[in-house]
Amino acid sequence: MTRSDDFEERSAHLKGLSDEELDRRFWELVEKVVDPLVELARTHTSPSIERSVLLRMGFDSITAKNLVDKIFEQNLLGKGAGNVVYRFAKAKKMDYLDAGQMLVKEDHWDEVRSLFGVDKNGR
Amino acid sequence: MDVNKKININEILKDLEHYRPKRRGWTWRKPYHGKMDGYEYKQISEPLKNSIPLPAAHYFDNIDPQPDLVITSEIASGRFEDDIRRMRMAAWHGADHIMVIRTLGQSHIDGLMEGTPEGIGGIPITRKQLRATRKALDMIEEEVGRPINLHSYVSGVAGPEIAVLFAEEGVNGAHQDPQYNVLYRGINPVRSFVDAAVAKRIMAWANMLQIDGAHNANASARVSWKVMPELLVQHGINSLYSVKVGMKPENIALSTVPPTAAPTPTMRINLPYAVAVRELFKGYKFRAQMNTKYIESDLFDATRMHMIDAFITRLTGAHLQSTITPDEGRNVPWHINSIRGVETAKHALIALDGVMDYVKIDKEKINEKVRELKMRAILMLEEIIEVGGYFEAVERGFFVDNGYYPERIGDGIKRKKDGEIAAGTVVPRDKDYMAPVCEHFGYNNLPSGIEKPCDLIGGCTICRPEKIKYIDELDESDNVNLRLQKIEKDEIKPEVEWSNDGVIQIDMTFPTSPDLAEAAAIETAKKFGLTDINVIHKTVLHPAEGTYVEIKGRIPFSINLKDLKLPEKIEQLPDEEIIDFFKRYPVSVVAGTVGNDEHSVGLREILDIKHGGIEKYGIKYVYLGTSVPVEKLIDAAVETNSVAVLASMIITHNDVHIHNMKKLNDLAIEKGVRDKLILVAGGTQITNDLAKSAGMDAGFGRGTHGADVASFLVRELRRRGYR
Repeated sequence: MTRSDDFEERSAHLKGLSDEELDRRFWELVEKVVDPLVELARTHTSPSIERSVLLRMGFDSITAKNLVDKIFEQNLLGKGAGNVVYRFAKAKKMDYLDAGQMLVKEDHWDEVRSLFGVDKNGR
Repeated sequence: MDVNKKININEILKDLEHYRPKRRGWTWRKPYHGKMDGYEYKQISEPLKNSIPLPAAHYFDNIDPQPDLVITSEIASGRFEDDIRRMRMAAWHGADHIMVIRTLGQSHIDGLMEGTPEGIGGIPITRKQLRATRKALDMIEEEVGRPINLHSYVSGVAGPEIAVLFAEEGVNGAHQDPQYNVLYRGINPVRSFVDAAVAKRIMAWANMLQIDGAHNANASARVSWKVMPELLVQHGINSLYSVKVGMKPENIALSTVPPTAAPTPTMRINLPYAVAVRELFKGYKFRAQMNTKYIESDLFDATRMHMIDAFITRLTGAHLQSTITPDEGRNVPWHINSIRGVETAKHALIALDGVMDYVKIDKEKINEKVRELKMRAILMLEEIIEVGGYFEAVERGFFVDNGYYPERIGDGIKRKKDGEIAAGTVVPRDKDYMAPVCEHFGYNNLPSGIEKPCDLIGGCTICRPEKIKYIDELDESDNVNLRLQKIEKDEIKPEVEWSNDGVIQIDMTFPTSPDLAEAAAIETAKKFGLTDINVIHKTVLHPAEGTYVEIKGRIPFSINLKDLKLPEKIEQLPDEEIIDFFKRYPVSVVAGTVGNDEHSVGLREILDIKHGGIEKYGIKYVYLGTSVPVEKLIDAAVETNSVAVLASMIITHNDVHIHNMKKLNDLAIEKGVRDKLILVAGGTQITNDLAKSAGMDAGFGRGTHGADVASFLVRELRRRGYR
């Protein structure tokens, strides 16, 4: 899209605002742009976010990556990768770091799915 | 650390597995109130324990006043072990914010990197490199006596993990701005914003200073002042987004660059913008960056531009002054240019200390432009909302359009909401989503009754750092240990960025056209035996009369330190011994600058009591001034019954200094007084050997003090029987 500089006409409704009113208007509009973005972030997650959870749980970066790749493949990322490991470890009554390694090396996904009561599509 | 010893990288790498940073979070400089060498400053911070002052400091008792602002040096050559040495250099010159650039392409790596592989134009940011760097900085900050902030980038497709890594390893500041991912890294916009919220919350916990990415619009636009309205919008989006996910405004710094540079009427464009951004963003911090867009290969022009930029910092205020190396337009920055960048900032900020006590920006005159900028930004926000929001605006190419908004040229960067790198990787958090860790932003369905999330797992790394997993090396063929093995202990080469890289720069002027001069410069370098020859800069002095050329190349040899012979250093005698000697033998000397030479400062320093000159030891002197004929020096020495002649010679055209020394000697012989007189020459290009070969009894060069000359006179007079 191209448009010539129509600042004079376009800004007619702003000309009468005081300096303070202009500043306030700027921030009101920024807030309108930002609020839906914050809400999106609050209610969504991503592989990197889930790896950051596993790192904070004390997994090394390589294990964190392997685990999240698998959890993503299994459509379980929406449960939270840390949650998956935590619930699996609890069910197995084992240390969660060991449980994480087990999930990387062995196929326990049917078991995990039943813990969360979901099918292969994560529903 | 021993000031006279190189930092021991092997020592830093030892036991890294267990190293924990000394502190977390950002540190500002502490204001200092007090005079230095009698001068009153209004905007300085606590002085350093060890530092290298500005070049002219020796006239002022070697003071090194440190500006109130944090000074940034960007350092990243590709090898962190070499960067560490440069960080030490930069810290000594006054940098306390070390910004480590990441290797090319790291922002597209989906996960963390590990080990110490070599990078391109930056280093791979890994736990080991960060930990080693933080450990080194912990030592360096003790050496200079001021906390040093380590900084890198929380961007790309691994932002949240990198934020965790930084928080764990004591990184003090970071760039974080999802808009940077979207516009310049082509990463999916949704992923960028969702990731950013989690990353920012972790940064907020670690009390890190966040710097945004708005300045990149400046560097990307063709005519960079045209994006000023958009810059305000970008700052606004990142700042408010950060606050809404838990960051304090005082930990959010706007990265602001004076957008344009000469030959445009720079100040009239940049100043209203600087005022507008500061008015709109009250309560936030300002990181004043220097312009990169208009840096060409000319180091001097870059420096001039940066002086003007720092002037705006003082006129409008800022909290950090970042530096850009003046060679950024021609190579990966060299050691010397990192230091030059810091010196430019320090010089400008100190030179402008307190200037606002006398100068005011005329608010009435500037306000029309300031309001116009704000209105243009508001209009852009209105249209962003009108088209459906941020993602829709990016899809329509609102950003980095070279039109002065609301003008649109139609060349903005367009990114698809559901496209680009890592598209389709964001998923909704289910109702039973849970993350058993602290400082996690967003919906988290934690079981009831727990005090903090990580109680579920017996603590997370944020609460229990001992749970952090350290990986040493992954690549046996590319790591720091192999690189260190290659460094010869006694062999040395000149270097610009890496240990013994062998690169040198030569400058030359050819009396011909640019094309011929360039070809001639390359031929010259070949004849010198250089390899990897590159022309790095040309200045046309006149299309036909001359061209200045700078070339770089690698030398094909190294120097063995054991083969080097240093000129003998003559020890100064103790002050009391000199004073006692001249009490017993009250002598006088004559002094002056010879020939057609009006330089007097150097000699006055050797003579005057105020500068610790020979007068302090009871030596009387007769100062004859500048441009003194050689004959007059000898005659005056005879008339005043002086024991010595101190002849200063600064000008060296056609070896006039050598000629004058010989003449002084010859004349003394001719007049039959050579045996009675001690003849001493001094000047920036004089050495003891040179002076002796030209008939003098001694010669003194750059860096000589009164005590050196007085010590020599005592020894020489003793030799001549004064005992």
